[in-house]
Amino acid sequence: MTVLKCHPGIGSRIEGYALVSSDNFSARYDLDRQQGVFSRPEHRLAGESYVGRILVMNTAKGGVASAWMLHEMKARGMAPAAILFNRANTILAQGAALAGLTMCDRFEDGDITQLIQNGDYLIVEPDEGRVTVAR
Amino acid sequence: MKLTEEEQAMLAGEMGAPRQWAIDHMMKVGAMFDAPDLVEISQAHMMADPESLGEAGVAFLEGLAAGDAKVVVPMITDPRGVDLDYYRPLGQTEEMADLERRTIAACAAMGIAMTNTCINYQTIMPPVQGDHVAFGDTGVVIYCNSVLGARSNFEGGPSALAAALTGRTPRYGLHLPEKRRATRRFRVHEQPQGLTGWGVLGAVIGRASGSYWEVPVIEGIDVIPTSDEIKHFGAAMASYGSSPLFHIVGITPEAPTLEAAGGANLPREEITADDLRALKSNFGGRGDKVDVVVFAAPQLSLVEMQTLAGLLEGRRRHPGTAVIVCTSPSVYADALRLGYVETIEASGAKVLQGTCFYNQYAREIGEANGWRRLLSNSAKIVNILGGYGYAPALASMEECVESACAGEIV
Repeated sequence: MTVLKCHPGIGSRIEGYALVSSDNFSARYDLDRQQGVFSRPEHRLAGESYVGRILVMNTAKGGVASAWMLHEMKARGMAPAAILFNRANTILAQGAALAGLTMCDRFEDGDITQLIQNGDYLIVEPDEGRVTVAR
Repeated sequence: MKLTEEEQAMLAGEMGAPRQWAIDHMMKVGAMFDAPDLVEISQAHMMADPESLGEAGVAFLEGLAAGDAKVVVPMITDPRGVDLDYYRPLGQTEEMADLERRTIAACAAMGIAMTNTCINYQTIMPPVQGDHVAFGDTGVVIYCNSVLGARSNFEGGPSALAAALTGRTPRYGLHLPEKRRATRRFRVHEQPQGLTGWGVLGAVIGRASGSYWEVPVIEGIDVIPTSDEIKHFGAAMASYGSSPLFHIVGITPEAPTLEAAGGANLPREEITADDLRALKSNFGGRGDKVDVVVFAAPQLSLVEMQTLAGLLEGRRRHPGTAVIVCTSPSVYADALRLGYVETIEASGAKVLQGTCFYNQYAREIGEANGWRRLLSNSAKIVNILGGYGYAPALASMEECVESACAGEIV
């Protein structure tokens, strides 16, 4: 069991399995939101389902559409359970705030895409700025 | 977060449920970024196409409108996802059009001006240096921050709307002078040429800086770009790097010198001709069949419409290659008056108004029309469409026209 500290985030306490990539993230550029998979061929997670997973990524990239898209994905039950970033951007934080999606960033111990492994079971507590890795 | 009496009244619900939602939303976002308070804004610009909104987003807008939400500063809109005068031929459905109609009705009820453009800084009301605004659309934000010296974070649709309902936005990020200082320093060794050359340079720098929180300062440029060239430069940089601000020494207003932009002590990173060629060579190959040629992202200015009309005059597109041109409603009206629309469409191309190719259900219209190999002079759109099932390639406007007429990349 490892406890990682981060900046207090958005949303409620959530548990789930991690889907990790050192790539950056855009809901518009990278996802097939109907099928719930990463669809951009160049993305390291191409073909992987993200639905219900806790995405662990480096940072956000690209356009503003992701804010509405997180809300729409959540409403259809086709969203990740949470997103953890080394560094979030404004758009993803705004989308998480509207969607009620859990999001945290700025971890004290370093690069979370290295600290967390694919398939790790995570407990994310955004109010406390805490992510527990239960291996 | 420190709130004024009026803001506290909004939070308590004394000014209606929409403003209560708006302040609450801004406090959540502001807390994530340690905003000390809210800053007043002069105008807002919302991205809200139906593909992004989905049923949930449209219902959300309708809920606010039904709660008598009204914007308190001028608010305008980004390109729409459906040109209601031309959607069936693209393979867009009635369901898509209905979402669009509902969005427009809800926005109009809230007092939002449906300008439907990502070139509002060229057509509606450009902000001035030091102006705090809440703008959506990455291309709009980076241009207004960098070229005009205004101050805006990327405001996704929900937060742009919250800003327009309250006249405020959380004071964080690029509203703070210290966040506008350069963090990366690039030196360019080859002068960019034309819209696509500027777009490629923006893409290379955006990909190298790679984060919302990095501010590149660029040295070595000694040609003055046109508004259209620097528009493509910024749009590509924002698309590849999520960058909201750049400085070009001697050209942009916050960078009269390297020192003024905060870049004097940063290590210098070189951008070589090879870096630029490497980006271009990722796309397409001579002789490859082209299904669709797209001029969009950003929408075309009147000058680009004039140039394109000149290139297409008397020409005919290949029957196997569609040509789509996206411009703003205001430019469309002028282009129609000046005969550019007629000239462009006589070639077999189609001019759409108020939309942009990538946010009009690009995946679905690609599948409906059998479009896969796509050519554009916009580095931004080439970057985006890889995730939408297209094989996109980048070429200059002239090369795009030649390829459209030949039916293959020339």
